[in-house]
Amino acid sequence: MTESAVSRAQPTPTRTTRPSLLPLVLDGVSFTAGRQTLLNDVNLAFNAGALSVVLGPNGAGKTLLIKLCHGLLRPAAGSVNWSDPAAARRPDAQAMVFQRPVLLRRSVAGNILYALRVGRVKRAQRPARLQEALALAGLSAMAARPARVLSGGEQQRLALARAWALHPQVLFLDEPTANLDPAATRRVEEMVGSIRSTGTKIIMSTHDLGQARRLADEIVFLHQGSVVETGEAAAFFERPLTQTAAAFLDGRLLW
Amino acid sequence: MQYTKCRVLIAVLLACGAWSAAAAERYITVASTTSTENSGLFARLLPAFTEKTDIAVRVVAVGTGQAIKLARNGDTDVLFVHHRASEEKFVAEGFGVQRFDVMYNDFVIIGPGSDPAGVKGMNNATEALRTIAARQAPFASRGDDSGTHKKELALWRDAGVDVGAASGSWYRETGSGMGATLNVASGMGAYVLSDRATWLKFKNKGELAILVEDDSQLVNQYGIILVNPARHPHVKRADGQTFIDWVLSADGQSLINFYTIDGQQAFFANAK
Amino acid sequence: MTDLSSAFSKAIKLLIDLEPALVEIVQLSLSVSLSAVLLASLIGMPLGAVLGLFRFPGRGVVVSILNALMGLPPVVAGLFIYLLLSRAGPLGEYGLLFTPAAMVIAQTLLVLPIVAALTRQTVVDLNDEYAEQLHSLRVGPFAMIATLLWEGRYSLLTAVLAGFGRAIAEVGAVIIVGGNINHVTRVMTTTIALETSKGDLDLALGLGMVLLLIVFTINGVALGAQHLARRGQA
Repeated sequence: MTESAVSRAQPTPTRTTRPSLLPLVLDGVSFTAGRQTLLNDVNLAFNAGALSVVLGPNGAGKTLLIKLCHGLLRPAAGSVNWSDPAAARRPDAQAMVFQRPVLLRRSVAGNILYALRVGRVKRAQRPARLQEALALAGLSAMAARPARVLSGGEQQRLALARAWALHPQVLFLDEPTANLDPAATRRVEEMVGSIRSTGTKIIMSTHDLGQARRLADEIVFLHQGSVVETGEAAAFFERPLTQTAAAFLDGRLLW
Repeated sequence: MQYTKCRVLIAVLLACGAWSAAAAERYITVASTTSTENSGLFARLLPAFTEKTDIAVRVVAVGTGQAIKLARNGDTDVLFVHHRASEEKFVAEGFGVQRFDVMYNDFVIIGPGSDPAGVKGMNNATEALRTIAARQAPFASRGDDSGTHKKELALWRDAGVDVGAASGSWYRETGSGMGATLNVASGMGAYVLSDRATWLKFKNKGELAILVEDDSQLVNQYGIILVNPARHPHVKRADGQTFIDWVLSADGQSLINFYTIDGQQAFFANAK
Repeated sequence: MTDLSSAFSKAIKLLIDLEPALVEIVQLSLSVSLSAVLLASLIGMPLGAVLGLFRFPGRGVVVSILNALMGLPPVVAGLFIYLLLSRAGPLGEYGLLFTPAAMVIAQTLLVLPIVAALTRQTVVDLNDEYAEQLHSLRVGPFAMIATLLWEGRYSLLTAVLAGFGRAIAEVGAVIIVGGNINHVTRVMTTTIALETSKGDLDLALGLGMVLLLIVFTINGVALGAQHLARRGQA
């Protein structure tokens, strides 16, 4: 079995039936730093199923939006509402992968096992979850390697595998390939595709138009802290409704 | 990681337990002076006592002033020092049961062989000190409230010299033990008052030599006192008294007389 | 004649002869100082982590005190513990004065601020890197402390070694609370002080070299182990 075949291996979908967290509704969300308003009156609803891409140029507020949704930041105004707020706090509810992977000073396997432990996955289930996550990332052969000496692409795949190992219902990805070369980007995108096929709701941000075209089911287009346009991906790329979006798609949008 | 830490912690607790077990052996604590310890007398005297009685003696050797403070706080069972006035005050204030003479030796004035003040051969200590002061020759003082320091201050007083005024110029207070002060004197070619036993045992003599000795003013009397159990109930009265009785007995006294350093008798037993 | 070469040959002779008296003193030195470092680490690391991670009223004051205590003179620590443990003091009834336990307590007081302050700094730096990821994983405060301490283990080893260096090298505290009692509380540094006061400078310096060699060996072993572990764990 080649490595690439391993990475395309389909992860088993989550079998347990859980109360659904979705939709995730953002109601008039604003975020400020000092006197600057970085996100302004964002109203959105993320539904189950579709892969949502938050698209926009650098500085549009994509990372902030992802972190607000994930609960790492609190909005200055408005609210972020899960359909089942209690369930949203469970360890298997939601996970996030950061633009720069934050790996612990442990082995590849140690990083995943750490997440399983703090995610209160039963001890008996951990070996299977570990193997599954390693296979998904194509890192089975490197399980014992120190995580922080992996290449950038491998590190990001490990971060993705670690997040996935908890079988979250919703997975947030913040510009997961921004620092990667095209080959490493392709491997990560393959992994994202595999995870999505398990029914996991993925909400990711990117400034990469090509990536958005390859992955997105629906688009949230963000510019200068405001949602400019939302919609089904194919339609968005075909016929953007706003001048700003059209300019961005043409590569004409200047900050 | 947690397991390892636990194991180490347990090991430490066990080690502490072992210490307490060691502490459970029968012993008394004696506050004494550096002169008795450093001269090697205790190394000769105490094993004989322990062999006879199975009571170990733990000596905390500090200056007389500090030794008396330890005893006042009840931190030792017996006080064995050499400053009669302080000892009598200690008993009078109720901290000690009774004071006994144990032994004596003498103080000597030591100085550089070149003897810049010209005191060599004098047999009057106060006159020698007066000469040193007049020549402003460097003098190293313990300055630590020890028995030797108290003796030295008394001699200066008798000589009519105000060393307080000279402190920092020719009169140097080391604030240290006898050995450390001898090291300082050796280093700067200063005069110094020392007990004879410590001097005999001292190895870093350098240019230093005894210049003044054999003056009745220089007698150095040692006394022994049981810390008052009425004041400090935990004091090991019986074992402490056994030690005192033994030191004052014919056995103890003859061992003291037989102790020599380089062939010289270091202490003269004089218990009544 | 006292000079460095004769002290050096004295040190070699001490090591070759390995007299029981010397072995006893070295053993006591190591067990006292290592116990103190262990105790200080068990208290100081969580304390440092808490100070680094959480904000609470009085935190700044505690941090300032800890930093200042890093410069605490051993004699002052010794006096403070003496006053606590003296029969006339609040803990006098336990009879700990002039025992190795008292020396461990005094050295713990000396080492604790170093371990806590260096741990705090390590944890603050690591927290900058890990905070979001750990919050994302919904890691609770206790697990967070444990995680950051483990992630900082290589830096923390340096803190522990610094603490050990302070403990094994100090004389002021142990001589006051231990009393330098032969066979009971006599350790390397108090022996060195004693031999110096007897004017036996060769022996004192020789012992000093033995002490240095022991500290050097322990540091070497610890750093070697760290190096190996780091290669395996990066």
